Amino acid sequence: MTAYILRRLLYAIPIALGVSIVCFALVYIAPGDPLQTILPEDASAETIEMVKKAYGFDKPIPVQYAIWLGKVLTGDFGLSIATGRAVTDDLFKALGNTMLLATGAVVVAFSLAFVMGLVAGYHAGGPIDRGVTGIAVIGVSIPNYWLGIVMVIIFAVELNVLPATGMGPRGSDTFNFWEWDHFRHLLMPLVTLSMIPIGIITRTTRAAVAEVLNQDFVETLRAKGLSEFEILLHVVKNAMPQVLAVMGLQFGYLMGGSILVETIFTWPGTGFLLNKAILTRDLPVLQGTILILAMIFVATNLVIDLLQTMVDPRLKRS
Amino acid sequence: MANITMSPADAAAVQGAPSVRVRSYWQNVGYRLRYDYLTLFFGAMVILIILSAIFAPLLAPMDPYQSSLINRLKPIGYKDFLLGTDELGRDILSRMLYGGRISLTMGIVPVLIATIVGGSLGIVAGFVGGRTNMIIMRTVDVFYAFPSILLAVAISGAMGGGIVNGMLSLTLVFIPPLCRVAETATSQVRNLDFVEAARATGARTLSIIRVHILGNVLGPILVYSSSMVSVSILLASGLSFLGLGVTPPEPDWGLMLNTLRQAIYINPVVCAIPGVAILITSICFNLVSDGLRSAMDVRL
Amino acid sequence: MTVTENTRPSQTLNAVDRKDARDRGGDRQPMLIARELKKHFPITGGVLNRTIGHVRAVDGVSFTVMKGETLGVVGESGCGKSTLARLLMHLIVPDSGDLIFDGDAVGENDGLSVRDMRRLMQMVFQDSYSSLNPRMPVEDSISYGKKVHGASEQEAKEAARELLTKVGLDPNLFGPRYPHELSGGQKQRVNIARALVLEPRVVILDEAVSALDKSVEAQVLNLLRYLKQHFNLTYVFISHDLNVVQYVSDRVLVMYLGEVVEIGPVDEIYARPKHPYTQALLASRLSMDPDDRIEEPPLVGDPPNPINPPSGCRFRTRCKFAEKICEIERPVLGEWLSSEAHVTACHMFVPRSGHSMANEAGKPEAAATVPAAAMAGED
Repeated sequence: MTAYILRRLLYAIPIALGVSIVCFALVYIAPGDPLQTILPEDASAETIEMVKKAYGFDKPIPVQYAIWLGKVLTGDFGLSIATGRAVTDDLFKALGNTMLLATGAVVVAFSLAFVMGLVAGYHAGGPIDRGVTGIAVIGVSIPNYWLGIVMVIIFAVELNVLPATGMGPRGSDTFNFWEWDHFRHLLMPLVTLSMIPIGIITRTTRAAVAEVLNQDFVETLRAKGLSEFEILLHVVKNAMPQVLAVMGLQFGYLMGGSILVETIFTWPGTGFLLNKAILTRDLPVLQGTILILAMIFVATNLVIDLLQTMVDPRLKRS
Repeated sequence: MANITMSPADAAAVQGAPSVRVRSYWQNVGYRLRYDYLTLFFGAMVILIILSAIFAPLLAPMDPYQSSLINRLKPIGYKDFLLGTDELGRDILSRMLYGGRISLTMGIVPVLIATIVGGSLGIVAGFVGGRTNMIIMRTVDVFYAFPSILLAVAISGAMGGGIVNGMLSLTLVFIPPLCRVAETATSQVRNLDFVEAARATGARTLSIIRVHILGNVLGPILVYSSSMVSVSILLASGLSFLGLGVTPPEPDWGLMLNTLRQAIYINPVVCAIPGVAILITSICFNLVSDGLRSAMDVRL
Repeated sequence: MTVTENTRPSQTLNAVDRKDARDRGGDRQPMLIARELKKHFPITGGVLNRTIGHVRAVDGVSFTVMKGETLGVVGESGCGKSTLARLLMHLIVPDSGDLIFDGDAVGENDGLSVRDMRRLMQMVFQDSYSSLNPRMPVEDSISYGKKVHGASEQEAKEAARELLTKVGLDPNLFGPRYPHELSGGQKQRVNIARALVLEPRVVILDEAVSALDKSVEAQVLNLLRYLKQHFNLTYVFISHDLNVVQYVSDRVLVMYLGEVVEIGPVDEIYARPKHPYTQALLASRLSMDPDDRIEEPPLVGDPPNPINPPSGCRFRTRCKFAEKICEIERPVLGEWLSSEAHVTACHMFVPRSGHSMANEAGKPEAAATVPAAAMAGED
């Protein structure tokens, strides 16, 4: 198993490199010269030449990549074109906010979806199952940016019980766990973001539970005289690794996929940062944010894989 | 010699076989679908949605681009505006019908292209194996390492907005998963003896893929790509919502949702309408895909 | 009829009684000569997935197949029988070794191309289910090979229907069916038809009847016997079932861990097995006579790991006659080219080999009787 773990770790390296190449290339698939975004439109030929040198654009592309990668590895993502600040500063602050949102959404989704999936899987084929499956379908079909708007309309505009946007009063951008108002701001983005994971985790749990229940060992447990509750415990134990893996995966997705929800609620996370970068064509911010989010996704996958290997006795042997 | 072949048991094998009506796999799928009323219903809905988009010019009561300063943000049922008007006073119903054309195109076309490109790549990788497989699949893994919306946003964010860029980025999002599905299905089939037997006849690779592989992997690939349509519609509208897909004044569900968002305090109900179209379309495609999956008996 | 009967009708039919237009070398020239065929599969492992060893699936196998005969190939599962079949068909490319088909070297520039060879040699697979395309009517599965070699749709269909009749299936009833609508025996008949559609001269039957019920097995064996005579075929019959092999074969080849340990005429092998492994295999057959039961297993333990086989003679770790020489030197098969020869790769049968039981004449002292008795457990 140690060999497998090491191999899996080694295997993540080329993937991470590939991801960095894609992110590096983003600047080059942008229309026009990458310099255009930096330079004023009426820049003189000399200025262009100078800036080119300063940014290393005069070197061959592989060399540029190597230089860029070296900087990235030391945490230098360049300067934001819009604000002039280091990308790293804004990025890591935003990252914390997104992580809070994603973690919360996954936890909420898991607690709801696991129960629903368990009940549906236990009563597979029955009316409860159909009801839950319907909810799950809506969960994965609903455009969450629309759901966010609908929630704003209901709770902020019509009922006026929750704040429509932001993270806290006075445009706060750091979450304070001791302030109730921050939680009120968190509520709607959290629920909105948890819709897709609710759908997916419910489906997974339902399928896993129904499958485990169909296995012969459950029949044996019944024959041994175990109560239905005890049997359910066995079933949960068997279905859990698969469900947790999907949950972990969803966390990765939410980290990188919260852009729409964050935009609606102006939640000061990476998604909001990305949106701003797109609107202002701030390529360094775009590049850095996407690189970090993709790396988090790669790392999440890696961790899930390794945990699964350690938990699953069948995988352990090989 | 005949008496050697025709032992009594053989004769029974010849004569005793009941005359059954033989159905091909696809006929079977069709047969199962015919009695799956839920899927049929949602399939009909999908067709209806597509038709209403195609015939938008005939169905739309008004010009979707015709703005009017005095009729801005009117509620549902105001004068002739069945679903009200938007922030420029344009008829929302007409814009929704026209918007379906762009939203559906942006949702379906990338999946179609990705199915062909990703499917072919996956089949080749799965069938040829070895180094070819490694090169294709490792490249795919890199793109797979991005959450789908992030990759779409990254590519169209860098390339700039517009329908073509949006569709291009969505295509790139869907190629990797389809390639994986095709590769898995193909490498499973490839190791079965009938492929070996086909090779033993001296058949060439392309002939084997066309005759023996394709029929066996098309099911899983189609089921998977059908399930991607709903995702693609959501992503496409999402891109437009972010201002990356469709550019104004083109009508598109996601873009409409975005521009109407500024009016939630004035006319909240109208603001939510374009989202309903996205939701219904996405649910219909999802359920049709689920029905297809069970009819084709595919486990993904 | 039972397969344990000791009459072997195939021997009465094995003479090449009609001249095949494609025949080149005449009756005396072997249909197939395999010389030193070798295939090692790499095993990868470790952190970097590097090759850390090789499975010596087929390790220097040589034999001949005469025209019109049935060569039985026996051995425990995992001894390389199926790999050998795929090597003969070039479905797996051998690492080394030659294959000569009726005088033509296969796959060499001036010889027979692999594609042409595959018209002349076909194979029936063990798993009757996975060897038919589930999405294709069986008729099309049969006619496919014909189309590959340029026949028109109509010709191919005709050929398929004719063959279905030949294998005892009504083409109108069974032709349009899908594999899942056929029984195991019917599927195997289809597989046989598929192999015959290219009008091959040699058919390799890789455990072709092993998965079938005994009664169905007997029917299919009868069918194979009929087809062999009708189409003037040569069979390579691979099986782990010693009784079936005895029933169908003219000569028998015994494999152990990727090597040939003994080859010879079927009566010779079954009546006077030379190699201790062959003796043990034969002794392990179940007897119908209750007084003749085996009380001790003639062979104990699993075969050694083919990744790291024992030095010298590969059977020595399970052989009760193993001596020093068996560890040091790999025994060779001897004169395998001749079709009448009964040869074995055992030091006991090599004069002055250094084995205590080998004598000048190359006959082990009393080995033919003592081991057999010991193996059978009659103390």
